[in-house]
This record gives sequence, structure tokens and C-alpha cells, in this order.
Amino acid sequence: MPSLGADMAAGTLLEWLKQPGDRVARGDLIAEVDTDKGVIQVEAFTTGTLERILVEPGQKVPVGTVMALIRDDAVTAPAAAPPGAGPPAAGPLPQRVSPLARRRAQELGVDLASIQGTGAEGAVTVADVERLARGAIMPTATPAVDDSAARMRGAIGAAMARSKREIPHYYLSNTIDLGPAMAWLAEQNQSRPVADRLVAAALLLKSVALALRDFPELNAWWVNDRAVRQPSINLGVAVSLRQGGLIVPALEAADQASVDELMRRLTDLVARAKGGALRASELASGTLTVTSLGDRGVDIVLGVIYPPQVALVGFGRIAERPWVVQGAVLPRPVVSVSLSADHRVTDGHRGALFLDRIDQLLREPGAL
Amino acid sequence: MSREEIRAAVLHALGEVAPEADLAALRPDVPFREQLDLDSMDVLNFIIGLDQALKVAIPESDYPRIATLSSCVAYLEAKVSAGSSFVR
Repeated sequence: MPSLGADMAAGTLLEWLKQPGDRVARGDLIAEVDTDKGVIQVEAFTTGTLERILVEPGQKVPVGTVMALIRDDAVTAPAAAPPGAGPPAAGPLPQRVSPLARRRAQELGVDLASIQGTGAEGAVTVADVERLARGAIMPTATPAVDDSAARMRGAIGAAMARSKREIPHYYLSNTIDLGPAMAWLAEQNQSRPVADRLVAAALLLKSVALALRDFPELNAWWVNDRAVRQPSINLGVAVSLRQGGLIVPALEAADQASVDELMRRLTDLVARAKGGALRASELASGTLTVTSLGDRGVDIVLGVIYPPQVALVGFGRIAERPWVVQGAVLPRPVVSVSLSADHRVTDGHRGALFLDRIDQLLREPGAL
Repeated sequence: MSREEIRAAVLHALGEVAPEADLAALRPDVPFREQLDLDSMDVLNFIIGLDQALKVAIPESDYPRIATLSSCVAYLEAKVSAGSSFVR
């Protein structure tokens, strides 16, 4: 059972998309799983022949449970376990548990097998046990426990509570003149068929992705009490669902995609997020989240970091404001960009330079 | 194409981006974005839907003219009746 984030403890297998004896390639969709974040498609993380299914439809199993076996030419590999690119997840066995945590689990009646440890080398800590105990108690007191919206709200709440409890956030914001970017966008869209038009979000995302190349410490996960820089810049895109709730799939290697390619992928990702057809890897691979509430009229977004990430970028609305240009006050389209960052990893000085880099990049939209 | 057919096409395109919305209750002179909580991606998908259904070119500079049901239908009606020079 893949981990789709630090807040996910278990999932229910809905359907196998492949059967024993079928050939599967790495990345093939092999199963559908129901989680607190909705129905997710699970990919094989290795190539071979699906040999044996270990979890039947309808079964709810903890993160890290081996769901099936895929036979490679030389070895038999567990299939549909957490993808390597995902956040660290507890394997089914062996599990590292501190004696204190084990005792606390007994006191609270918590099943240790369902816990994803956050301590050193994935060890289960007292805090992990107490967190799960709180999570286990709250849903039983909630009449709408089976309601998917309530489950999603619970998952968001668990992740955000953990973030606020464990991450010493600091916040910065800057206001950026988007005049050049919006003029470039209008010029581009004038000659494009409607299906190929760009929205400002594509430019904003690309600028963040490129800026992260110069600030790799912000493109990291907090794992085992230290920041681990991630080799790929995978931007998590916060997507509000129309039925309520929020999901954050990732645009992988966003810095390497052209603005057009990023726009196509963004369109596809948002459509699949709203249609409930995301893949497990897309929910587990984000290295920094970007959120925009500008379409809802918000001026500044001061977001909560999504663990194990160490930073989040927010954009407000693009609005015409008086702006001083060479001594003259002119109307310019401007946007606020904010950074929420983990003080264990960076200081405000680096954060400020990062926001300034985004500003610089957006002044030359043609070069994005 | 009649006004009613254009209106139906507009409502269909809206229904594609906001499937949960009660389109029968849509107020004709209030912007879609205010009533249906549309973001910029929704708006683009709505315009793509109109483009596919009506084969009418809608430049980005005209987006403010299709902000409400009334103005959108009137705008598209004029485009369709103006003939092939406006039809992509």
C-alpha cells in the first residue's frame, strides 16, 4: 500500500487492474485504492509478471503492506508497495519502535502495525502513537465517518496539525510587477487556438520551478530529523475540489518542462484531480507545494507547509495597482507571492532571495 | 442557430466545468465566476467547450463580454449571426 503523504495510515483496495500472469511494466496502472484523499490509481514500480495477489478487493491495509508480488527475470519483487520516489513510509516488517512508544501504544490500544514512524530511521515515536490515537478517537465520535468529504477533511486536518505542531514556520511576502508577464501572455494567446492558450498559473509555476534550481535547500523533505534535498523539482499543485477539500498532486520535473508543456500537464492534472483519476506517484512525489487563491480574490496566501516538504509558495490575485515606474505612477498588474518555509532548514535571508529570484524570472517571461 | 440553442450550448459547457451546479437557478446578469466559484482553469475549459460546440472564435480580449449568461448568449448570438468572417 503506497504512502500518499505523511498523513496517510491505510487504504482500501478497490480493484485490481491486472491479474496474476499479466505482464506489467514500471509505471503501469495495476490497482485502484480508496484513501482519505479519494480514489487513487496505483502504479507498478517494477517490470515483470504479476505473480500473486496478496490483498483482495475490499480489504483495508496499512501503508507499507505488500499487496502483490511481481516476478522479475531474476527476483520476485513486491508490487504496489510505496514507490521509491515517495515520502518515507513504514515497511510492514521489521518495524522500529522505541520501548516508550510500545508501552504508550499498549496504554492507548493503538495497533503499531498501522503507524508510519517519523523518528530516526523510520522508528515509531511516542508522538506517532499519540497522533494515531487522537486520529482514531476523533472519527468514531464523528457521525459522518464514512463520508468521503469528512475523511478528506480529517486527512487534511491531520497533516496540517502535524505541520503546525512540528514545523517552525516563517513567512515572507513580496509584491511583483507582472506587467511584462501579462503582456507576453496576452500576445501569446492572441495568436493561439483556444485549446492552446496559457493561463498565468503556468508562468508562475515555471518561475517557481526555475528559482528552486538556485535554492535547492527549499526543494527538500524533512526526513529523520534532517533536510534531504530532492533530486527532482516536483511542484505540488494545490487543487480545490468542487465537492470540498483539497488535493495536492505534483508536476514532476517542472523545471525541465516548457511553459506550453507545463500548461498541458497542469490542465491534465487538474482535470484528473477533479475527476478522481490521480496516480499514487503523483500524490507522493511533491517536493514543494504551490498554492494560488487569486481567483478567489485573496491578496496574500500564507500557507501551511505540507510535510515532509520544507516550503510552500503562495500566490494572491493578479490585480491592477498603482505602481511607480521611473518616477511616474502607473497602473500595473501586480501579484503577491509568499513563502512559508521551515526555519529548521532555511532562514529568512535565503527565503527573501528566493522570492526575489521569482520576481527576476517573471520580468523575462519569454525566457521561462 | 437560435438563441435558445446557443443558451443550451452555454449551459452545457458550464455544466461540464461545474457539474454540481444548479444551472436552472443561474441568475442571468450575475457573473458566472461569482455564482459558480470558477477559477481561471475552469474559465478556460468553459471557453474551450464553447469553441468546440459553436465553432466561434472568442479572443481573450473578449472574455469580459461572456462573463454572465445574458451577455454571453448575446455575444455568441451576434458572432454566429455575423457569419463566417467571425467563425473560425
